[in-house]
Amino acid sequence: MASSGIFWAVLGAALAAGCAGAGSAIGVGIAGRAASGVVTQEPGMFSKVLILQLLPGTQGIYGLLIAFIALSQIGLLGGGAQMNMELTKGLMYFAACLPMAIGGLISAIAQGKCAVSAIGLVAKRPDQFGKSMIFPAMVETYAILALLVSILSINGIG
Amino acid sequence: MSKVPMKHIFIAGLKTDRKHVLEMLQRAGVVQIESGGIEHEGLMTMNVMGDKALFDRSSNQAGQALEILNKLAPDQEAGLLKSLEGAEVISVDEYTRRLDIISDAMKTADRILALDKRITEAKAQIPRLQNRIESLKPWMTLDVPLNYEGTEKTAAFIGSIKNAGAPEEILKSLLDDLEETRDEAPAVSMSVVSAAKEQTCLFFVCLREDAYLVENALKKIGFARAGLSGTIPSAEAEKAAGEIKALEAEIVSAEEGIRGFASERKDLEFTADYYQMRADKYDVLSKLPQSDRAFFINGYLPAAYAEGLKKKIEQKFDAEVEITEPAEDENVPVVLRNNPFSDPMETVVESYSLPGSGEIDPSFILSLFYYLFFGLMLSDAGYGLLMVLGCGLALLKVKNMKPGMKKLVKLFFFSGISTVFWGLMFGSFFGDAVKVIAATWFNVPDLRIPGLTVPIWFEPVSEPMRMLVFAFGLGVVHLFTGLGIKGYLCLKAKDFEGFLCDVVFWAMFVGGGIVYLLTMDMVKGMFNLPFELGPAAANAAAIVAGIGAVGVVLTGGRESKNPVKRLLKGAYAAYGVTGWLSDILSYSRLLALGLATGIIAQVFNKMGSMFGATIPGLLIFILVFLIGHVLNLGINVLGAYVHTNRLQFVEFFGKFYEGGGKEYAPFTENTKYYSVKEEK
Repeated sequence: MASSGIFWAVLGAALAAGCAGAGSAIGVGIAGRAASGVVTQEPGMFSKVLILQLLPGTQGIYGLLIAFIALSQIGLLGGGAQMNMELTKGLMYFAACLPMAIGGLISAIAQGKCAVSAIGLVAKRPDQFGKSMIFPAMVETYAILALLVSILSINGIG
Repeated sequence: MSKVPMKHIFIAGLKTDRKHVLEMLQRAGVVQIESGGIEHEGLMTMNVMGDKALFDRSSNQAGQALEILNKLAPDQEAGLLKSLEGAEVISVDEYTRRLDIISDAMKTADRILALDKRITEAKAQIPRLQNRIESLKPWMTLDVPLNYEGTEKTAAFIGSIKNAGAPEEILKSLLDDLEETRDEAPAVSMSVVSAAKEQTCLFFVCLREDAYLVENALKKIGFARAGLSGTIPSAEAEKAAGEIKALEAEIVSAEEGIRGFASERKDLEFTADYYQMRADKYDVLSKLPQSDRAFFINGYLPAAYAEGLKKKIEQKFDAEVEITEPAEDENVPVVLRNNPFSDPMETVVESYSLPGSGEIDPSFILSLFYYLFFGLMLSDAGYGLLMVLGCGLALLKVKNMKPGMKKLVKLFFFSGISTVFWGLMFGSFFGDAVKVIAATWFNVPDLRIPGLTVPIWFEPVSEPMRMLVFAFGLGVVHLFTGLGIKGYLCLKAKDFEGFLCDVVFWAMFVGGGIVYLLTMDMVKGMFNLPFELGPAAANAAAIVAGIGAVGVVLTGGRESKNPVKRLLKGAYAAYGVTGWLSDILSYSRLLALGLATGIIAQVFNKMGSMFGATIPGLLIFILVFLIGHVLNLGINVLGAYVHTNRLQFVEFFGKFYEGGGKEYAPFTENTKYYSVKEEK
């Protein structure tokens, strides 16, 4: 029987894109609801609240990034897939994708909630836009750290 | 790179000149007027709330009328570039000449608002009428009114049953029910007006003497009377349709009426500004102490304008102007002035907090790192080129740009240049677009153009560790620059103790620690460092770090008198080294965001080129390329902007900057469309 390593590697890539994407969808979603509320009252705030709404969207992109790196490392993109990858190696890819999957999912939701508050802040004090952007950006740090560990691990395996 | 020196101004003048002096100050737009400043018996401030509210309302009315007008008859000259422009400059003469149109313009505004109200009301009525027509639809074949109750001998019931089923079944269940109540069932005739799945509309006739019985039986099977309308349904529907037509015509004519005022757009703009200026003037008026004959103004202005303004006021009016140096501890409003390269940073500094007293304007140093980090995070020559072209075009075409907007556009212009530079260094031009196009359509699989397909320096995707080390290195430089500025500020304030304890010890502690780490085998292996420091350097670094650490522990809690408490506080202060660690790690976002841009661009290029070198393939490639790269550019410019700001605000400013300066808000023409300037 051929080794099932490749399955685990693809599963890891899928989880990285899927979980981080789901987290971003939730985060951008709740921030979007708050943003719509502000725009009903103050249409002029559109561009500011839009920026804040988009902040939790980056985790989805990081997830995509990890999925892409992982898929091209195992040769699913661009040909030459390692169909008989060893189980250990596949599991290593899987593990390498986990930080992004978990970190992305949770941090995007937390960042979304933070963005909701930041939108509330901008609605009341439009002049404090610069600061309001920083609070959600603090949350993103941990998504970036997760991304970093995933990138470095995948690169290390390959 | 500095804060503009400010002067204190005090004006005493005759009340008869008050209006003109204030107008002159408003047009000059450089004096920030403070309330009070002189205390004396008999001096009062005016209560202007009523007048101000009136002017505010008038300004709003004109503004609303303009908005309505612009929605229905958009300004032909309006456009993207036009929207960046600031207020049009007019002379005092022209301003005075145009004052005549104010009352007419206000009438126009009233008329536009009245027409708009009619449109809103008509628009609210139409759906109501449409609902009525919809509810009459099942009854259209009926030729008696819905509230018809029968003739002298007969009783009629008009109404509907919800979810009833077939008409024959309805009749059957009705007759069954009637039979139960009386041996000889009363005669009932049923005709179906319309039958739909949800509701069946029916018309029943019976003898008047049986009316009571029949009605009860009908109620039992869920029959509901149709309504109270005394008109024949088809006629009523026709009437409603007619009303809708009339309302629609009214809307059209009202809109036409509003469009007819398009030629008065400029007058409305002028009026909105006029009342805005007057409202602002009254606002200032409430701050001025006044006696029976005189008024006093107290405020701040940039030193450069002080003498000129003094001369101008004293020449024109019987007024006394006094210019003085503000006291050391006065909370003087802050104005930043920088060279054209660094002045976009003023908006960044302002959005954090203006420098407080005793602090320097960090704009210049900020600009060096800001553009650098932005470029590294976006790091694509193609995207950078788009930013440079777009912002450059806006800067060239729009002469009279709003100052804040101009700074922002310039910020992206310079960031774009840096993005192009780093894009070439890392070999990214719309990702790997050049390579993909060459390989797919020109059959050149390995095109090597430095900067566009192969990196001039190195490729972060294939050497992420190298990029990470570079990012951390920049981070250390950035943080130590911040620490250096703190040291400079301490020396300037002659706080030598602070300089030694908070700057030198920390620099030794962290700097020695970093050098020592670099000599460790584990770190060398992990980062694949190209240099060797040797054991001597390791020892020296360890000693320096040790001295620094001891210094921090001993002095970190120096404000406490109790020696035990001081030592404990010092130990806690030394724990702050973890903060330095997380600050440095934070610069890994330079790598992460840079990779994100490049790899997602590659994903889109790959998706686009999947269909090969065919004509449909070409079309798909163009489509995917456009949509994908616009999306990627948008989201990554946002990311680069936010995270560059974060690195400055949190990591860099955290080392030396507190802010808390007061914003300079001069008494000026806070207008949207026009700005009146005194002749030179």
